[in-house]
Amino acid sequence: MDVPARPRVVMRGITKTFPGVKALDGVDFTLAPGEIHALLGENGAGKSTLVKVLTGVLAADAGTVELDGVPIRVASPAAAQDLGINTVYQEVNLVPTLSVAENLMLERQSSRFGLISWRKTRERAEAALARLKIHVDVGRSLGSCSLAIQQLVAIARALDRDTRVLVLDEPTASLDAHEVEGLFTVLRDIRARGIAIVFITHFIDQVYAIADRITVLRNGRFAGTGTIAEVPRMRLVTLMLGKQIESHYAERPTTESIDQTGAPVIAATGLGRARWLEPIDLSVRAGEVVGLAGLLGSGRTETAKLLFGAERADKGSLVIDGVPVTLRSPGQAIRMGFGFCPEDRKHEGLILDLSVRENLILALQCRRGWWNRVGQAEQNRIAAEMIAALGIATPDAEKPVGQLSGGNQQKVILARWLAAKPRLLILDEPTRGIDIGAHAEIVGLIRRLCREGLALIVASSELEEIVAFSHRVAVLRDRRKVSEIVGADITQSTIVEAIANS
Amino acid sequence: MIPVPPPSEPATKTRRPLPAVVWPLVALAAILVVDGFISPSFFSIRLVEGRLYGSLIDIVYRGTPIALLALGMAIVIGAKGIDLSVGSVVAIAGAVMAHFIHLGFDPAVVVAATLAVGLLCGLWNGFLVAVLSIQPIIATLILMVAGRGIALMINGGRIPTFRSDFFSALSTGRIWVIPSRLFLVALVFLVLWAVLRRTAFGLFVEAVGGNASAARLAGIGTRMVTLATYGISGVCAALAGIIITGDTRSSDAVTAGMWSELDAILAVVLGGASLNGGRIFLATTLVGVLIIQSLTTSILMSGLPPEFNLVVKAVVILAVLLVQAPKVRTAVGSLVAAFRPRRTER
Amino acid sequence: MRERRLPILATIAVFVLLYALGGLHFNHFLSTGVFGNLLTDNAFVIIAGLGMTFVILSGGIDLSVGSMIGFVGIAMATMVAHGWHPLAAIAVLLVMGIVLGALMGWIIDAFEIQPFIVTLTAMFLLRGLCFVISLDSVPIKHPFVEAFSDFHLALPGDGWLSGPALVMLAALAFAVVVAHFTRFGANVYAVGGDAASALLLGVPVRRTIVGVYALNGAFGVLAGATYAFYTSSGYPLAASGVELDAIAAVVIGGTLLTGGVGLVIGTVFGGLIQGLIQTLIIFDGSLDSWWIRIVIGGLLFVFIVLQKLIMRSVTALGASAAPG
Repeated sequence: MDVPARPRVVMRGITKTFPGVKALDGVDFTLAPGEIHALLGENGAGKSTLVKVLTGVLAADAGTVELDGVPIRVASPAAAQDLGINTVYQEVNLVPTLSVAENLMLERQSSRFGLISWRKTRERAEAALARLKIHVDVGRSLGSCSLAIQQLVAIARALDRDTRVLVLDEPTASLDAHEVEGLFTVLRDIRARGIAIVFITHFIDQVYAIADRITVLRNGRFAGTGTIAEVPRMRLVTLMLGKQIESHYAERPTTESIDQTGAPVIAATGLGRARWLEPIDLSVRAGEVVGLAGLLGSGRTETAKLLFGAERADKGSLVIDGVPVTLRSPGQAIRMGFGFCPEDRKHEGLILDLSVRENLILALQCRRGWWNRVGQAEQNRIAAEMIAALGIATPDAEKPVGQLSGGNQQKVILARWLAAKPRLLILDEPTRGIDIGAHAEIVGLIRRLCREGLALIVASSELEEIVAFSHRVAVLRDRRKVSEIVGADITQSTIVEAIANS
Repeated sequence: MIPVPPPSEPATKTRRPLPAVVWPLVALAAILVVDGFISPSFFSIRLVEGRLYGSLIDIVYRGTPIALLALGMAIVIGAKGIDLSVGSVVAIAGAVMAHFIHLGFDPAVVVAATLAVGLLCGLWNGFLVAVLSIQPIIATLILMVAGRGIALMINGGRIPTFRSDFFSALSTGRIWVIPSRLFLVALVFLVLWAVLRRTAFGLFVEAVGGNASAARLAGIGTRMVTLATYGISGVCAALAGIIITGDTRSSDAVTAGMWSELDAILAVVLGGASLNGGRIFLATTLVGVLIIQSLTTSILMSGLPPEFNLVVKAVVILAVLLVQAPKVRTAVGSLVAAFRPRRTER
Repeated sequence: MRERRLPILATIAVFVLLYALGGLHFNHFLSTGVFGNLLTDNAFVIIAGLGMTFVILSGGIDLSVGSMIGFVGIAMATMVAHGWHPLAAIAVLLVMGIVLGALMGWIIDAFEIQPFIVTLTAMFLLRGLCFVISLDSVPIKHPFVEAFSDFHLALPGDGWLSGPALVMLAALAFAVVVAHFTRFGANVYAVGGDAASALLLGVPVRRTIVGVYALNGAFGVLAGATYAFYTSSGYPLAASGVELDAIAAVVIGGTLLTGGVGLVIGTVFGGLIQGLIQTLIIFDGSLDSWWIRIVIGGLLFVFIVLQKLIMRSVTALGASAAPG
């Protein structure tokens, strides 16, 4: 591997521990001037922690950082900016109600006689944008500009100071292909000026379109690095997902449970939503598990939410039990017998102040409606049953659910839907953030539910699990379905191949 | 991204926290005990001409209108809303009531019309919040501003007086020895309790107030729930209007229910509910009302000029708010934890 | 035209429309005399509104300004009765107003308590203090006050600019400079637009919030002093409900209640629109006074909905950012 003669940034042995989690474990990272360096990894790989150490948001527990050969300690984001390390976040951290010029020059306005000279300030803003060959009316409010322009304004603001390192945290996550190309033109220009760029993304195609070198992290450890030529796609995906040589789950699921006779429980044709998900075809039968595989940001969550009516589709059609249906709200989906466990438990799943019991019966209560309350005795019975059935570790059913551990919270959401007795259950990352023992329990539960005739759609980044429970796997990349793998063809390597191939 | 690591989950408490009802009751008891010292006759209740007299009765009696408002407000706040318009709705309800009495309608019709207008006011607020998704403070501000004008219009710019045996009996009369308006509060309390706890409504309100997006994904029709909370608050305000107007036998659009929205909010907060929503405490809200009312009474009795009433109230609110603020709680919590021996994890 | 300037255009349109309506229907309406009175009668609301503009721009709200006006009036009257010079009294009260405002701002930001409830507390406190000072109206008798109310600056025609009007115009000039030509002002807009982003962009958020409420306190005291001079007395119940008029002036003036968008000059138009409605109804004679409240409530509604629609168009693109 070629390490440039005089690197701009050298990070060595960076270690960072959060309570209970080792986020980074002795990670090395080298960044050369005038290169675009892609930093890749799945959720929890540690890439954002590494960047936060570099930009002064977090302090590392161990390890050293050198900038242009000088050891530095970055105490705060402001200190990082003073050193010439600037960051542009995915969710553009500018003020949408201010104008482009006001955003660019906030706290840096030109002044005359102690008062701001807006004419001069505007001129400087225009000049900063012109340097990146961006032409936009700087008096417009930022929020009315496209996200691409907002992103570029954020970059222009970062570059308006003397910048040595520019960190871009998933800058392309919400941009369309044309906008991405525009951004890349700007990035190439910045690269030519000798600025070192860290490019965090999960779009494989974009890595090969723009980056010079790649570093991959996995589970808080350094997984590999090299130039684009040295790391072809297959190797990159394998580095990111890791190669699980043997599976914990020996047997593949049988197809006996699948109800082949009737109409599918749900069948989507060309279902999509602008800036959300490219049109997708997908169907699930009773007693069948369909896995949604793909890298972070590939469209797994988006697919799940569209099928549940949490986001409204603007294209395509949905047929439920052979009847065309337009899903308008989750409530409607629930009355049709759907259930959905979201990935983000705290914000979209649980009501943290309510007790375990109340969280458990919520979906069932929604199916029954306002007036037909689930009686106290029935509530207690369901809570006791579910706590026992899923092994939820809680002293009693009245404990606020916010006080449980992550794995138990996940089980509470699962139990909520099981109590509602759904026909179709959509699970988004059901094993995220829970310990290994609970993983196996959840996989076992998915298999059991399937045998009992439920239709399941399970999105997961754990290939091992997908292989263990899926009858069919839909592989997603860049918010579109790229392949569907059926039956015996489902192996970790066929999925990796489908993800990597373009 | 804010340069703070995600806070670790609160340490699992081993001891069950005291029921929420305890603290408001302690506060109330403290005030009453002080009152007992100030005025030895404070706790005495006499029966004069078939009517109960005494400071305690007085507190309960005078607290009735605020209690009605606060019960509705508790539900609105439970869904993370706020209703600033209840004072104006009191005025509107009073005006409607006086108007219908003058038209010679039967009391039942008058009550029905007044409550219907209250419901309408509440639904208007709910429409702004739930459908147009305007912030609750701002949405209810509109009716707060315009409401008294509407009431004045109905009153024709005067202060119409009326005679109505039914409404006098309801507001100032008594059933056996107990003021009849107390029965009204009890009735409203029971009905609301039943609606909240005997249907799914209470759970839905608390779910929406606790985490609206999770509630939506769990299938709750969050719009309808929000709309209903404001509707209930409107009806409660109309009932308070009936009591206040029946008491004075006149509809004064300017002073009826003046500042009562603030007392109602304060009662809910004193009752232990957070303005961030998520929980409804009907019973402790009533305790909150009693705290406010007995505070007023004690200031009168203590010899302090009644002018201090508002000042004391302000200090009490501020103290309660600070105690409630999560930031203060975390600070106190970590302070306490620092002095505690560390337990081994798990 | 830029979307965020739309509300102020609507404001000016409403103002012109009302003025034209008055001019068409009533003789003498388009005189400088009527205009001068409009400025004088609404000066204290507009001054309070100027402070409120900063608060609302920063994403907050202040419910205490009515009580502040009442308190300043009664305190000043009492101090003058005890031999203070009015200006000295104002100076002392100004310091008090700024300190109280800064304290409110600090509590709001440091403890993350909603502004409306903190300022509500201050509203109770100040109104209570009014009653503690005096239960009755206290006249202000001082040569300076008499000179102030006799002072007139003639306008062409039959009108003049009175003392309160001039104070208001001076306060306006000050507010415009602070809001639009200082970093503090720019930071107020940034904090109101998105406080979390503003912090990352290097804006001292705590200092800005504290500053906003301190400034608002100063404007509140100034409004109180103007009102006391205007009525030549202090009264403990004075100006109750004026906080609503001030908020209405700001909103009808085109400032977004969610913060971050608006112009100081809009508040002046917002206050004058309320005054115009009042004047029109008085000129008409057949319409009753309650229409003032109802029309203002209606205008509030229209402007809030208008703002909602505009914000939707401004943030439509930003909101579609999807999670991974």
